[in-house]
Amino acid sequence: MTLAPDLPPVAALVVGVLALGGALVALLGATGLLKMRTFYDRVHPPTLSSSMGLAAVALASIVTFSVLGTRPVVHEVLLLFFIVLTLPVSMMLLARAALFRDRSEAYDASMAAEARAAAEQEAAALAAAQEEAAALARRDSETGGDDDADYSAG
Amino acid sequence: MSQVTLGYVLGAAQCLLAVALLMCAYRVIRGPRAQDRVMALDALYVNAMLSIVMLGIRTGTELYFEAALVIALTGFVSTSAVAKFLMRGEVIE
Repeated sequence: MTLAPDLPPVAALVVGVLALGGALVALLGATGLLKMRTFYDRVHPPTLSSSMGLAAVALASIVTFSVLGTRPVVHEVLLLFFIVLTLPVSMMLLARAALFRDRSEAYDASMAAEARAAAEQEAAALAAAQEEAAALARRDSETGGDDDADYSAG
Repeated sequence: MSQVTLGYVLGAAQCLLAVALLMCAYRVIRGPRAQDRVMALDALYVNAMLSIVMLGIRTGTELYFEAALVIALTGFVSTSAVAKFLMRGEVIE
């Protein structure tokens, strides 16, 4: 199962170093994606694998096919070009969408808390007004049916 | 002799990329919000593309480059679509 291109020793060394380095960097990026704790921390490590990892592996591919074909074969540069063109744009759009989402959820939560606090205040005011009315009614029944006393107490 | 060593080295690189793919897949499954999942999916695309290019190096055929090119061209579409959806509630207004 060990396929390998048939390259002269120097080219084999270069290709091996580049391919292994690119794969290691990709693994580092994926580890960062796994280990970081918040979304905004996790956005950065995969960009490692898509810039340095891709550059190393694409360069290894260019060297392999150039040496195998004895003419410069550089179409892997297209891979780099398209990834550099599209990946940062989509990542920034995603980060902005996540920020918008977090902010709107925080706003909703604070609005809900405010509404709850206002409702509690209203209920407390209502309870206080009810107690005052009950106290007045009690005083009314104690003093008897004297209209002047009621008006002076209010 | 150098070909055998190169075979082992490229095989090891392919295995490292496979482990990276598994880590991204874990984040796709576990990511607490939708934005984590779609970003891990994007990383999955890039690592799969690297894996295909590595396979192309190992077999020495230029065939696999075209598959990698297709991934590079269209892999960002799903990320952008989900980002637009998270911001606006629909993808095409």
